[in-house]
This record gives sequence, structure tokens and C-alpha cells, in this order.
Amino acid sequence: MARIVLTHSACRQYTGGMAELESDATSIRGLVRDLEVRFPGLGRQVEESMAVAIDGVMHQDDLTAPIPEGAEVYLLPRIGGG
Amino acid sequence: MAPDGTPDLKVVGTRPIRPDGVDKVTGRAQFGADFQLPGQLVGKVLRSPHAHARIRSIDTSKAEAIPGVKAVMTAADLPEITSEEAFVGEGPADFKDMSDNTMARRKTLYDGHAVAAVAATSAAAADAAIAVDYEVLPHVIDVEDAMVEGAPVLHDDMFTSGLDPKPTTPSNVAKRMVFELGDVDAAFEKADIVIERKYKTAPVHQGYIEPHACVAQYAADGQVQIYCSSQGQFMVRAYVAKLLGIDISEIRVTPLEIGGGFGGKTLVYLEPLAVVLSRKSGRPVKMAMTREEVFRGSGPTSGGTVWVKIGAKRDGTIVAGDSVLKFQAGAYAGSPVGPGCMTAFAVYDLQDVRITGYDVVTNRPKVAAYRAPGAPISNFGVESAVDELAHKLGMDPVELRLKNAAKKGTKAAYGPTFGDIGCVETLEAVKDHPNYKVPLGPNQGRGVAAGFWFNIGGESSATVNINEDGTAVVATGNPDIGGSRASMAMMAAEVLGIDVERVRPIVADTSSVGYCFLTGGSRVTFATGMAVVEASKSVVNELKARAAKTWDIPVDAVEWQDGEAIPAGSNAGDFEPLSLEDLAAKSGRTGGPIAATSSLNAQGAGPGFGTHLVDVEVDRETGHVKVLRYLATQDAGRAIHPSYVEGQIQGGAVQGIGWALNEEYIYDDKGRLENPGFLDYRIPVASDLPMIDTVVIEVPNPRHPYGARGVGEVPIVPPMAAMANAIQDAIGIRLTELPMSPPKVRKAVDEQAAAEE
Amino acid sequence: MAKHHISTTINGEPVEFLCNTEQTMLDVLRDELHLTGTKEGCATGDCGACSITVDGRLVCSCLMLGVEAEGHAIQTIEGMADGDQLHPLQQKFLEYAALQCGICTPGFLVASRALLERNPNPTEEEARYWLAGNLCRCTGYDKIIRAVLDTAADMRGVS
Repeated sequence: MARIVLTHSACRQYTGGMAELESDATSIRGLVRDLEVRFPGLGRQVEESMAVAIDGVMHQDDLTAPIPEGAEVYLLPRIGGG
Repeated sequence: MAPDGTPDLKVVGTRPIRPDGVDKVTGRAQFGADFQLPGQLVGKVLRSPHAHARIRSIDTSKAEAIPGVKAVMTAADLPEITSEEAFVGEGPADFKDMSDNTMARRKTLYDGHAVAAVAATSAAAADAAIAVDYEVLPHVIDVEDAMVEGAPVLHDDMFTSGLDPKPTTPSNVAKRMVFELGDVDAAFEKADIVIERKYKTAPVHQGYIEPHACVAQYAADGQVQIYCSSQGQFMVRAYVAKLLGIDISEIRVTPLEIGGGFGGKTLVYLEPLAVVLSRKSGRPVKMAMTREEVFRGSGPTSGGTVWVKIGAKRDGTIVAGDSVLKFQAGAYAGSPVGPGCMTAFAVYDLQDVRITGYDVVTNRPKVAAYRAPGAPISNFGVESAVDELAHKLGMDPVELRLKNAAKKGTKAAYGPTFGDIGCVETLEAVKDHPNYKVPLGPNQGRGVAAGFWFNIGGESSATVNINEDGTAVVATGNPDIGGSRASMAMMAAEVLGIDVERVRPIVADTSSVGYCFLTGGSRVTFATGMAVVEASKSVVNELKARAAKTWDIPVDAVEWQDGEAIPAGSNAGDFEPLSLEDLAAKSGRTGGPIAATSSLNAQGAGPGFGTHLVDVEVDRETGHVKVLRYLATQDAGRAIHPSYVEGQIQGGAVQGIGWALNEEYIYDDKGRLENPGFLDYRIPVASDLPMIDTVVIEVPNPRHPYGARGVGEVPIVPPMAAMANAIQDAIGIRLTELPMSPPKVRKAVDEQAAAEE
Repeated sequence: MAKHHISTTINGEPVEFLCNTEQTMLDVLRDELHLTGTKEGCATGDCGACSITVDGRLVCSCLMLGVEAEGHAIQTIEGMADGDQLHPLQQKFLEYAALQCGICTPGFLVASRALLERNPNPTEEEARYWLAGNLCRCTGYDKIIRAVLDTAADMRGVS
């Protein structure tokens, strides 16, 4: 079980404003699937547009990254750069 | 091993001469405009003289009749693209908009918007008159003007996203976003002191000295060759393919040297046009922007307004932060307001934060990425407010920041928990530096500000080939803007255990090396560096295998040390070491050439922090602000080549000084840019500046083999607030609007005098 | 109109070229003579990337017409090194990492050489003012100024 934190309105719009939830997913791919089932549209949003911070480490375009038991996961807008 | 457990490094951390250096000091290096093909035509762009106009018709017949004109194009020659979100340099953008920005289809949305292009045998003929019939429309330049009801609407199909219920009337506000942690309103209840103020920044151009330039050749079999300077040959390939509807396999992009980018070359302007003109004319087409075109037609970064409210306890503990950011995106949606939101309070240990962001279109060039996109704008507001808080509390501004600074284990003000970071260390380094204690004279002041940028990783590939004499070639696909060839060669040499002079790094074309995401986001040394290290390690494993074969012992009985294979211990057997040269010379007889490729998607880029300290002297008569001394401290994780790390920090700081003091776009009442040149758009020159002192902190990034973090973007984040804080300290006036140019400073001084009378 | 036939000296070699009346020296160097080490950053005399010397005097080649080269001695970045022997300024720019992207570097080198020919012992302020007509967006000028001052010291025989 991981704690998923939605800081951004781009995600909260799919959860009716809910900012925190739990997921049994063990990878980002699993999380995307889980979120899509529970909040249609959110999974796609996460896959296409969000960065996923797992215990503080930022992941972008990395569906295979494992989500350990008890992890703290933040969904953030993707980061680019100059 | 060093006492701290890090391995002893022989190459990383030294300062060799860069491998492309001689070409660049002798004039031999080929930049974007230096390349040519036999029989090439000159391509030129016709640009809109209006800030906002409907294109009624374009008549190209007269131009086509001019001798020497070989092709004319308009947006009608570009395929209509359906809306599709793309992730470009600084954030999401839409390919439909990108196409429309490349060449206006129905409306021109800013002075300088491309409307047609000509290819001709001479520049004079390419200036051919094309008759465009415009219906001039009302325009809007300022971000807040664009948000009011009744403002001229740029896109009648733009409805603000992020609002509930969804709006039914079009607006210039593309998006509203809210970023929220904790309970901000409750947190402000606990504050003893609240600071609230509004700030404004001007859009500024990246100001690279090399204008955009390319040569394109479309062959009869549909193969496209593009030679250009950009921040990513794979980016150029992908965007040209998308905008022109061409298969990626048909396009080969050869990177030329890039004369500065800073984010501004993370997208295409000329390349698709040159390809179309080449297709229509059957000849190679060269296109280069003039400086005026660079200013009128290519992206600056956003300007914006920043409202900031922070609350603190009497002991200096910051307890709440609230901010509203309104960023102008230029003519199409896609300002860096998202990262502006997330970075706003990131320097601080703050659990209750709310930031509301607006992405707003105006009749100005579409913004492009610029170093740490978005962060400098919000940072200017927040770090000015924190300085004001320090004054109110009677606290030293560095101490106040140290009291609240993020550290390992802090939950970042954008959410996740920080791992190893060097925020506190950069603040301590400022406090310990002699500049912090230099006595100041009249009208002199000292300002400090700290800043943050995420840095990114991403997809990178590298190939390491061992030559038959034991030297190595390292091929990567990232244009070298600031010395990255040197870093790549150094990391390869470190792994291979050979002198860096024996490694030749090249930047390969899109058909000669695996995919690399563009050079940007401070990612190359981190991510492409990881690919180089991985490929080099594979080469070492292969070298060990060859030695094992030669000695007829198991491969795990072979060690690699200082460029030689040696038996792992006395049990492994008694063999003379086999050097890289020995193994390379015999490689044909032990299994063939030795080479390895690594392709990866690097994750876990280390967050970057920096603190800047500046002393200024304000001339109350003229409003001129002189920079007396400047110190920039920054955590680089591990400086692979310290000289180029220092250089990035110095260059970023000076761009920030320009942003703070002088740089702005000046529009007339018709929305035409009045200062599209370096005379009137004034970037810092040598005589404006002192030496830029640097302290490079090294808190290793555990995700990189040598601990490197990105360094290129952080240094542009703190300067604007540091300068404003220094001016405040010098003359007791809080300036809240950039640039703090002589007329504005003078006006503020006059107002202060009038108020005192 | 017929082109002009110009006889000049570039980097010590006699050179002849044809140019139009309105063609700048910068365009002649780059487009006619293929000496592309001289760069165009602005074409309005503001950035110094096109710096050359004419009879030893530092000029922006974008502000000079090609026809004005007649009978004069032009020096460009291509003539700065002696074969594979770099000029001390070139060597010092490399050692100091005084370049990042390198587009402004030829102009800075030509301008710095002109400075040291006139003033072998410039102060930091003199160097900064002399080079104020050359824009660099990458380095913040710190390492450039240090490289120039250190080259001057070396060339004077003190270090």
C-alpha cells in the first residue's frame, strides 16, 4: 500500500477534489491502471502529463519504476527545462 | 577511496582543455550559419507588421515572377495539424499551435509572426514583395489587460481550462491551475507577521548571440537532410516530421555547433520552412534569421505578475505561503507557470502552501524555454518578500533563510521529501565568504536571495568505440552548448582508466547514434553522462573478457585498473597486465572490434540550489545601479569539469543581472516591437560587471555514478531578487517591477524624496 | 550594376574579390571568401561577433563595405594562429575555459589582440571597457577578462 498525494488541480479535478488516496500498485504502470479504473481520465493524465515522485525521487516517462510498500508518492506536473 | 567513501577519481574534477576548443578559438568550428551546400538558395521569411490581424489574402504571383525567385510558400503549403499535446522544452505545447506559429494560417498574432517565405538565388531577390491583405484587429500586450473582460480575444476556441463549471465564452486565459499542500488559511492564522505584495517581471529574451540558422535539402526520393544549430537534432527531426507529415526515417538531422540557446533553441522555426522551400524549388535552401527577426519572431520567456503573501512567527519561522502567478505565454498557450508554481517556495521548509497559476495569451511572440523556465519569475516575488520579512523581524536575511531552509528529509514545498540536497550549504557558504563582511559606503547595499531548480534526466544514448590503437570515440546525440563534450570524454576516460586526451567525443547526427532527448533542463552531464558511463563500463567488461580469453582464465578473475587488465589476485595466475592498447591491437583476433552502446531513461536528477549575494551602488542622480561585487554559491553534486561549472554559474548570474536591470521589450501603441536589437535591448556587457565569484558546493547526487547534478539553470533563479534586495538596502526603496532600469530607479528616488518633503 | 573588383590583403595574403556596392565586409568574408570564423550576431555593430582589424584598427566588419577593403590589410580570426601554433590569447582562452558556446569567441580574440597591441598592460577596467562592444551571453565575462589579463602578463614576461 502506498500513499498517493495529488498536489495539483490537474489531478484533483478527477478525484472530486480529493488530495490523498491509497493504492496497492507496485509500479508506476500499476498506479496508472489503478487510477484510471477508480477515476477515469486520471490514469491517462498521470501517464501523459505528470511526473511521479516516489519517496522523493522524480520519475518521468518511467512506467516500470517500482513503488515500494509504504511509499510516499507525489503526482506533479512534468518538468522540462531551458 | 577518499575518507567519505567516494572513490578516488583521476579525471573527474580536473580541468582539461575542452576537445572542441581549438576549433572554436581558430574560427574553424561550423555554427548554424557557417554551413553551405552547392547550389543552395537563400530563404527569407516575410513577417507580419501587425500585432493582431486577420489575413484576408496573400498574393504571391508578383514575387514568383521575379527572376531568381525559385519558390514561395505560405501556410497553405503546410499540412493542417490536428490538436495534439507535445512536451517541448519547458512544458506541454500543441503541435497545431506550433504549426501555426511556424507560419500564420488565418490570423497573425504578433508583430513578427511569419506569414510567407521565399527561396531565391540571391538575398536581394528573396526580399521579393509578397502582397498580404490584412484586416487589422485590436491587440493586447500586457498580461493583466489580456485577462479583463472585453479584452481582444486571440483564439475564439480557447476556453479557460481548470475552471468548474467550464466556461462558455472564449478567453485569453488558457488555463488556471492550483497547487496546494496542507491548510494555508489555517496556517496564516498562526502567523505573527504577514507580508503581502505584488511584483511584476518583464518578458526577456534568451539573447543567444547566434541567430537561428539552417540548411535543408529535400531530395526527389523524399529524403530530407537538415543541417542546423539547435538544442537537439532529435527534437528537430521529430518536430519537422510532425509539422510536415513526413516519416521520421526520411529525415536526417546533422547538428552544427550551437551559438547559445538557453532554452530558446528547443523548438523549430526555420527548419520546416526550409524543407518546404527545398521541396518546391528542388534545391538546398539556407535560412538564417537576422537579429531583428530573432527578437520579433522567436521566443522570450514569460513576463508575469506575482502576488505573494507569506506568514511567519516572531522567531522567524515561516509558516504559510500563498501566491498568485499570472504568466503571459505569448500568442499560444504554454507559459512555464506550472514550474513557476512548484518552485516558488521550494527553498523553504514549508508545509502549508497554495499557489494559483494562470497561463495567459497575449499578442507577443510565443514564449520558449529559458533557463529554469518559470522559476526566476516566482522566485523574484518570494525572495523579495522574504527579504522584507527579514527587515520586519530585524533578522539577518541569511539567518532567516537558514532558519527555514529545506534540507535532507524536509518535505519540499512542492510535495516530495528531499533526499541529499545542498541548500543549507550554499547559504552557509555565503555567510562564510569574505564578500559577506565587506563594509558598505553610502548608497551601497547588499542583497541575498536563494533559488531552486528541479533539473531533469530523460532519454539518452551513448556509443563508445575502441579504436585499434587503444584510443576511444564517444558518440552522443546532445549538442554541446557549454563544454559537454569535455564532460563526456572525462567520464569515459575515468571509467576506462585512460588519459582524457585519448578519448575523442563527438556529437553525432540522428542516423548515427541512438536517441537523445534535447540539451536542456540541465540534463546532459547527468543523463547523457550516465549513458556514457554505462557504455564505458560495458566496454571495460568486454576488455576484461578479452583478457580472460587471452589468459585462459575465468572473466571474474580479471580486474580493470588504470587502463589495464590485471589478474584479480595471486590465485588467478601470474600474467603481465594487458593494457587497453594491447587488447585493442589484438581485438580482431579475440572476437572483433570492441564497442558498446547504452540507451537509458535517466531518473532521479538531483534538485539544485544556489544562493547569490550582491553588493550594489545606486546613483540617485541617474538611477544607475552599479554591481560592485557578486557571489554565487551552488550545489553541483560533483563538478565533473569545475571550470565549466563555474562558467555556467557565472553566465547564469549575469543573465539574471540583465533581467534585473535592463532587459525588456518595448512596444508602441500598435503593438509593434520598438527595440528588436542589441543596442536597445541591452544585455550586460563586460564594463557593467565585476568578476563573478563562485563557490561550488558538492553534495553528491546518489543517482549519478559520480554524483553530478545539473548546474545550468539554478544560477538564473536568484539574481533578480538579490538585486532588488540590494537596491532596497542601498536606498531604502523596495522596487517591485523589473527591469530596475535607470528611469524606474530614478522615479522611485524622486517619489521617495517627494514623500519625505 | 557591375560588381566591384577589390584587391586587398587578408591575413597577410593578397586577395582579390568581386562584390556588390552594398555588400558588407562581413558578407564578403563569409559568403564570397568562405572565411566563416567571423560571425554575424546582429549586423548592426552592436555585438562585436564580426570583429576584424583593418590596418590594425578594430572594426565591426558588418559596418564596413566590402569595397572599403581596397588597398588595406585585413586581419581575421583565421589569421590569428601561426600554423598550428596558437596565439597566446587563443591558448589562454582554452586554459581559462573562457568560452562556452564559442560563437562570440573569434570576435573577443580579435578585439583582445587589438587591445594588447595598443596597451600591453591593461587594467581590469580598461579591458572591460575595451571589450564592452563584444557581447557574450554564456560566460558572464569573468573568465574572458581573466584570460586577457593573464595573457597580457605572460606576453610582458611577468607572471
